[in-house]
Amino acid sequence: MADDIILEARNLVREYRTKEGIFGKEHVNRALKGISFSLERGKTLAVVGESGCGKSTLARILTLIDPATSGELLIEGNPIDISKEKLSKDMRSKVQIVFQNPYGSLNPRQRVGDVLTEPLMINTTMSPAERRDKAMEMLVKVGLGPEHFNRYPHMFSGGQRQRIAIGRALVLNPSLLILDEPVSALDLSVQAQILNLLADLQDEFNLTYLFISHDLSVVRYIADKVMVMYFGEVVEYGTRDEVFGNPQHEYTQTLFNATPQADIAHIKARLAASN
Amino acid sequence: MALLEIENLTVEFDTVDGRFRALDGVSYSVDPGEVLAVVGESGSGKSVAMLAVMGLLANNGHLWADKLEFEGYDLLTMSAKKRREIIGKDISMIFQEPIASLNPCFTVGAQIDETLKEHTKMSRGERKTRAIELLDSVGMPESAKALKKYPHQMSGGQCQRVMIAMAIACKPKLLIADEPTTALDVTIQKQILDLLLDLQHESGMGLIMITHDMAVVAETADRVVVQYKGKKMEEADVLSLFESPKNPYTKALLSALPENATGDRLPTVSDFHLGDEGAA
Amino acid sequence: MADVTQNSGPDTRFELIVNFWRHFRTNKGAVAGLIFFLTLVVIALGAAFIAPHSPIEQYRDALLLPPAWQEGGSWSYVLGTDAVGRDLLSRLIYGSQFSLFIGVVVVSVALVVGVCLGLVAGTFGGWVDTIIMRVMDIILAFPSLLLALVLVAILGPSLLNAMIAIAIVQQPYYVRLTRASVMSEMSREYVMAARVSGVGTLRLMFVTVLPNCMAPLIVQAALSFSTAILDAAALGFLGMGAQPPQPEWGTMLAESREFILRAPWVVTFPGVAILSTVLAINLIGDGLRDALDPKLKRS
Ligand SMILES: Nc1ncnc2c1ncn2[C@@H]1O[C@H](COP(=O)(O)OP(=O)(O)OP(=O)(O)O)[C@@H](O)[C@H]1O
Ligand SMILES: Nc1ncnc2c1ncn2[C@@H]1O[C@H](COP(=O)(O)OP(=O)(O)OP(=O)(O)O)[C@@H](O)[C@H]1O
Ligand SMILES: [Mg+2]
Ligand SMILES: [Mg+2]
Repeated sequence: MADDIILEARNLVREYRTKEGIFGKEHVNRALKGISFSLERGKTLAVVGESGCGKSTLARILTLIDPATSGELLIEGNPIDISKEKLSKDMRSKVQIVFQNPYGSLNPRQRVGDVLTEPLMINTTMSPAERRDKAMEMLVKVGLGPEHFNRYPHMFSGGQRQRIAIGRALVLNPSLLILDEPVSALDLSVQAQILNLLADLQDEFNLTYLFISHDLSVVRYIADKVMVMYFGEVVEYGTRDEVFGNPQHEYTQTLFNATPQADIAHIKARLAASN
Repeated sequence: MALLEIENLTVEFDTVDGRFRALDGVSYSVDPGEVLAVVGESGSGKSVAMLAVMGLLANNGHLWADKLEFEGYDLLTMSAKKRREIIGKDISMIFQEPIASLNPCFTVGAQIDETLKEHTKMSRGERKTRAIELLDSVGMPESAKALKKYPHQMSGGQCQRVMIAMAIACKPKLLIADEPTTALDVTIQKQILDLLLDLQHESGMGLIMITHDMAVVAETADRVVVQYKGKKMEEADVLSLFESPKNPYTKALLSALPENATGDRLPTVSDFHLGDEGAA
Repeated sequence: MADVTQNSGPDTRFELIVNFWRHFRTNKGAVAGLIFFLTLVVIALGAAFIAPHSPIEQYRDALLLPPAWQEGGSWSYVLGTDAVGRDLLSRLIYGSQFSLFIGVVVVSVALVVGVCLGLVAGTFGGWVDTIIMRVMDIILAFPSLLLALVLVAILGPSLLNAMIAIAIVQQPYYVRLTRASVMSEMSREYVMAARVSGVGTLRLMFVTVLPNCMAPLIVQAALSFSTAILDAAALGFLGMGAQPPQPEWGTMLAESREFILRAPWVVTFPGVAILSTVLAINLIGDGLRDALDPKLKRS
C-alpha cells in the first residue's frame, strides 16, 4: 500500500565544500553518494555503518535542517526541498530527532518545561496553559513527573536527560522520529530503560523510527529493517533477518566479525591467545 | 611496583545542598602493561576518580586518600611543576566528551601540534609527520586533509579519534580512557582497541578503561572493577567476573546486555530490586 | 538507580543568584573590591549632598592649600585645594561620577556592538565572519591608546568622543570572545535540536545561544570597565578627554603636573583614586571569573 510509506528518499546526495583560508582552493567532500530507501509507517529502520560514513548527515537531511545537494525527498508523498521553499510548520513537526549525547542535547539555561513548550510555542497556536498541559502530559509519558517541570537539565542523569529529549521530540506529535545513536552514551541498564520506552511509545503512537546505531546487538533487538552504509553509499538493505542471517556485502561481514563479544568462551580464547 | 596506586580515595563536592560524596573510599591499582576496566552506571564516580588522579577536579571538589601514587611519586603532595611534567606526558587521558574537549576555533592539526610542541622536542616538520602518522593509526581517512579541518567539520567518531590520537601522541606510561569508543562503530572500535592493546604490549603502558560496554570489557580487560554509587562493589579478573559475578549489581549489569534479552522487554537494573543493602 | 535525580540544584533564578553569591563570597579580595565599588557608586550618586564644596568654584584665598592634617591645612578643605583654589575632595567626589559614567557607557557600547558582531560572525561564518574578524584584527594591531588618540584627534577632543574612541578600541575583545563561544555552542546538539523544532535564526542567536556565552563576557565587561576608566584618565591627562574645568580624575592629574614637587597632594589624590578604583574592579572581575566558572555548575 502506497500510503503506508511515510518517507521516501531517492538518490540523495550531499556534498560538503570546504575552503582553506580565503584564497585557498575548494575541496568537495561527498558525504552521501546517492541514497535511496523508503520507510514504512510504524516500523523501525536501523542504519548502521562506519563512523564518518554519513549517517548524521543523512539524519540532518531527513530532519530538514540541511538541504540535500541533489536527489528527492518525499514525506507522505509530498516532495520537499528546503533550499527552494520555506517549510510549513506542519511539515516541520512531522519529523523530529533525538541525539546521541544526552549531555549536549539540552540547553543548559532552559528549564525542562521550556524545553518541552518551546516547540509548541513556535509551531502551534496553543495558549500558554494548553502548552503547559501538553508538556506535563509528555513528561509523564516519558517516565518523569510533573515535579521535574521547573528543573534545569544539569539536575538530571544521562538517562533522564535522554527521556526529556525524547519528550521534546514527541511533543509535536511527529510521525517519524530520527534517533541518532540515542543510547550509545548511556550505561547498559539505562540503555535498556530507554529502549523499552521507545518500544512502548512506538506501539502507542504508531511511530516510525529511523534508528542510527553502531551497536549491532541493539539493532538486532529493535529493528524491522536494516540498512548498512559504507562511505556514503548503501551497501546492504533488507529485513533484519536477511541482513543478520545472510550478509551479502564484505563490509557487513567485517562489521559482524568485529562485534565484541561478551561470552565466556570468547574471553577464554582471548586470554589463551595472549599468554 | 604498581604504576598507579589508589587507596581509599574519597571525593566530595560542595553543592548548593551541602556536601555531595561522589566517591567513597575506592581503592585500586594498575601495573605496567595491565588493562584495568572500570565499569558501573552513569554517575557512579568513574570519571571523578580519574579526574582526581589527573588533578583536574573542579574547584568545588575535595579529595582525601590514604595513598595516591604514580610510579612511587605521591600525587597528593607533589609540586605543581612536577605534576605538570607528569600529567599530559606520562599520564594521559582520553576525555569522555570528544567534541566538547576540542577547541572549536583551531584546526585539528594545530591542536595536535600544540600537544607535541608542549611535551617533545620535535621540529616543525617532524611534528607534522608525526601528526599524520597518529591520525593514520587511529584510522582517520585522508589524514593529511583532516589536519586542516575544524572540529565541527568532522563526524562525532572522527572527533573522538582525534582525541585518542592526541592522548597517545607522547607515548604515555599510563593511559586513562574514559569511554573511548562510545561514538565509534564496531570496526573502528576494534581498530582503536587493538591499537591501544598494541601500544600497551609494546611499551608496557598501563591502561585504565572506563566503559559501560561489557563486551568491550570482555574483549580487552585483564581485571575489572565494578563501581556503584561511588563505592567499589567488586574487583575480579575478567573471567571470574563473567563466569561467577558475586555482587547483585554486577549480575544485573550483565543481564541487561541486549543479547541476553528474554521476551520482548529488556531487564533493567531496577528489575532486580537493588536496594542500597543489596548493593553493599 | 540511575534514574533518580542525583543532587537537586538551584530551582529558581533567585536560587541561582544565591548559588552564585556563595561562590563569589569565598573570594575575599573580590568581596573587598565589591564593597569599595559599591561605596564609590553611593558617593557618585550622592555627590551633591556629600561634597562640601562645589567642584568648580575657585576659592581665591586658598590656593594650593595642603591637606588638613598637614602644616597650614584647613579642615574646611580636607584634602587641600588645587592651583586655582578648588576643593580637592569635592572634585574627587564629583570625579567619581565621571569615572563610573565613562565605565558604564564604554562597556555598554562595546558590549552591545561587540556581542552583536560576534554573534553574526559566529552564526553565519563564511565571508561575513572573515570580514568582521579581519577588521577586528586591524583594530587590535594598533596600540589601543594610540588608536584612541587618533580617533579623538579626528572627532575632536571631548569626553563624549573619548568614550566613543575607547569603546571602539575595546570591542574587538568582545567580538572575539563572543564569536569563539558562539562557534563552540553552535556545534552543540541542543542548537541543532532547537532548529529542528523550528526556532528561527534570530531567536536561535539571542535566546538559545547567547545566554550560554554570557559568563566570559561578564568577566570581560568587569575587566574592561577598569580599562575604560584608565584609558579615559589617560586621554584626559593628554588633554584629549574631558576638558577643564570638568573634575575628571585624569584631567585633574594633567592640570596639576607642574606642582608635583611643590604640592604633591594635588597629584597624589586623583592618582590614588584611579588606582584604587581600577584595582577594586579588577578584583571583582577575578572573583566573577571564579564564581562563573562553568565547571562549578556541573553537578
Ligand atoms: N560541516 C562539514 N563540513 C565538511 N565536512 C563535513 C561536515 N560535516 C560532516 N562532514 C564530513 O562528512 C562525512 C560524514 O559525516 P557524518 O557526521 O554524517 O558521519 P557519521 O556517519 O554520522 O559518523 P559518526 O558515526 O562518527 O557520527 C565525514 O567524513 C565528515 O568529515
Ligand atoms: N563538579 C561537580 N560538582 C558537583 N557534583 C559533581 C561534579 N562533578 C561530578 N559530580 C557528581 O559526581 C557523581 C559522579 O560523577 P562521574 O562523572 O564520575 O560519573 P561517571 O561514573 O563517570 O558517569 P558516566 O558514565 O555518566 O560518565 C555524579 O553524581 C555527578 O553528578
Ligand atoms: Mg554521527
Ligand atoms: Mg564519566
